[in-house]
Amino acid sequence: MNRTLKLVAVSLCAAMVWGCGSQPTADSSGKPAVEDRNPTPVIPPPERPRTGSADQSGVTTRPLDSSGQVGNELKDPNNILSKRSIFYEYDSDAVRDEFKPLILAHGRYLSSHRGAKVLIQGNTDERGSREYNIALGQRRAEAVKRMLVLQGAQESQVEAVSLGKEKPRCEQSGEECWSQNRRSDILYGGEY
Amino acid sequence: MNRVLRTLFFAGLILLARTAGAQLNIEITGAGANQIPIAVLQLAGEGVLPGSISDVVAKDLSNSGRFNVLYSGGVNPLPTEMSQVNFGDWKSRNADALVIGSAARLADGRYEVRFRLFDVPKQAQLDGRAFTLSAGQWRLTAHRIADFIYEKLTGDRGVFSTRVAYVVKSRGRYELKVADSDGENAVTVLTSPEPILSPAWSPDGTRLAYVSFQQKKPVIYIQDLMGGRQIPIANYRGSNSAPAWSPDGRQLAVVLTRDGSSQIYLTNPDGSNVRRLMTSSGIDTEPCFAPDGQSLFFTSDRGGSPQIYRVGLGGGDAQRVTFEGSYNVTPRISPDGKTLVYIARNNGRFQLTAMDLASRQVQTLTNTQKDESPSFAPNSRVILYATDLGGRGVLARVSSDGRFSQRIPDQAADVREPAWGPFLGDQK
Repeated sequence: MNRTLKLVAVSLCAAMVWGCGSQPTADSSGKPAVEDRNPTPVIPPPERPRTGSADQSGVTTRPLDSSGQVGNELKDPNNILSKRSIFYEYDSDAVRDEFKPLILAHGRYLSSHRGAKVLIQGNTDERGSREYNIALGQRRAEAVKRMLVLQGAQESQVEAVSLGKEKPRCEQSGEECWSQNRRSDILYGGEY
Repeated sequence: MNRVLRTLFFAGLILLARTAGAQLNIEITGAGANQIPIAVLQLAGEGVLPGSISDVVAKDLSNSGRFNVLYSGGVNPLPTEMSQVNFGDWKSRNADALVIGSAARLADGRYEVRFRLFDVPKQAQLDGRAFTLSAGQWRLTAHRIADFIYEKLTGDRGVFSTRVAYVVKSRGRYELKVADSDGENAVTVLTSPEPILSPAWSPDGTRLAYVSFQQKKPVIYIQDLMGGRQIPIANYRGSNSAPAWSPDGRQLAVVLTRDGSSQIYLTNPDGSNVRRLMTSSGIDTEPCFAPDGQSLFFTSDRGGSPQIYRVGLGGGDAQRVTFEGSYNVTPRISPDGKTLVYIARNNGRFQLTAMDLASRQVQTLTNTQKDESPSFAPNSRVILYATDLGGRGVLARVSSDGRFSQRIPDQAADVREPAWGPFLGDQK
C-alpha cells in the first residue's frame, strides 16, 4: 500500500520534472532541480504547485542522478517525504495515527538510501522547566527514531536530539501556538 | 552565623543594567520595619576615584532591604577618624550605624580607601579597613565595604561582591553574560545565534559550564572566564545538557542521551572518565549536588510525574523528596544545605517553592506564573530566578523565607537562566 503510494508519488515527481520540457531542469537559482542540495529551512516550505506541474504528457520516465537514485522526492511537496513534522498532545510522545505514514515513508527511504542521514529534533511547548523540556523533547525524538529503525533505517543513520522549548515555531502563548511547538522535525543531512 | 535577623533578609543587588550606569527602578515589596537605620557619608577625597564609593555602598545596603539608608548630607568637613564624629548629631538623625572613610591617591599611582563603621548609640567602632586598589577596582572595593558592613550588622555574609551569570535573548541572538551582583560591569562571555542555557559556575568562580545549541543540538561546554576559550566537554550522540559542578570542582554531573533516554552521568571537567550514575526507566535530569558532595538532587518522572529525588553517590536507591502536586522540577539546594528550592506547578502556574529539609515544610515563595531556573546566593539567604513579566523574561529575587521579593520592571531585553556565582576569595 505504502510502497504503491510511494511509487505513484515518485512517478508524479519524475513526471513533473521531466515533463517541464526544455526549461524545467533549472530552478530560479540556476541549479539543476534534480541535483539541488541547498539546505532547506527547519520549517518545510509551504506547499505550492511547482512551476510546470500542469504537465499533461503522462510521461513516466524517471530521471536518475549520479548515484542512480531518484532525486528530489525529499522536497517534492507532493511527496510524503517532504512532510517532516510530527505534532503531539501535551505531555505526550505518542505518535498520532495521522503522522505514522510520514514516519514510515522516511523509514523506508532511509532503508533504501543507506548514505542518507537524518537528525530528529524534538521540541516542546513553553510550559515548565527548560531542562525538563529538553528531556521531554528527547523522548519525542527517540520515539520517532525507534519507528524509523523499525522500518529498516540503521541506528547510525538517525540521531535523535532535543531542542526543548528553545526553538518555538510559534512564539505566542496559548494552545493554538503550543500545539505547533510540540513537534518533532526530521532533517536530512545538509538541511541543518 | 546570626540567624536572628534572617527573616529580614533581602540581598539587594540590581541585576542586568543593560548599559553601565543604567539606573533600574527596583520594586521592593515586603520590606519590614526592622530595617537598620544607617548613614553612609561621602568618603573624604573620594573624588579622586572614577566613581563614588559611598554611593555604591549606600545603594548596595539600601537594595538589600535590610537597611534604611538615611540622608547623610550637610557634613563639612567630612570626618575620617572617630574623634571627628559628632555622635550626638547622628543620634538625633536616628542613625543606629554610621559609615565614614577616606580615599587618597598613593605615590605609585594606586589608591588607598579606608572606611570605619560605628555603632552610634554605643559610640563605638564596629569595623575598620584599608584597601589598596587600582582605579578600575573602585566598584569592587565599594561592594567589599558593603559586604563588611552587611556582615557586621546582620551576621550574614554579604554577597555584594559576588557575580552573576545570565543569558540575554535579543532578536536572533543569545548572549551569555557575567556581571557584578548589582548588574554593573556586564561582560559578554559568549554570543551565539543559537540558544544558550543552564550556565553553572565552577566552585572557584573561574569557569562556567553551559549548554549551547551552536551545533544544532545541546552540547555542554566549559569556558574559562579569564582565557575565554570554549571547550566542549560532552558532545555525544543525542542531547547533552544540565551540567552541575560538584562542590570540590573535580567533577560534573551531566545529562546525556547517548544510551537512549535522558540519564545522569558523572564526568571530569575535561570530559574524561564519563560514567553513568544510575539506570532508570524514565527521565532523570537537572542534577544538583548537595553541599557535602555526597548526594545529588535531581528531577525524574520514574514515578509517572516529574518529581524531585535524592540519590547518594555511594550507591543505593533514590529517595523521592517531593510529594505534593504533579510537577516539581529544577531542584536547587542552598549552600548551607538547609533549604531545597524548586519549581512547582500549582493550578497551571509554575512557582518557586521552598522546602525546609529538616521539617519538610513547603512554602510557595512567589505569586508569579512562569518561574524558572532558581539559583541561590552563596550566603543562602536569597534566591535569584527567572520569571515572566508581560511576555518577557525578567530576573527576580526573593528571600529564602519568601518575605521580601524584588523584580526589575521595564527591562528592555529578554533575560533568563540566572546563575549566582560563588563568594570571591573562596578560590581553592
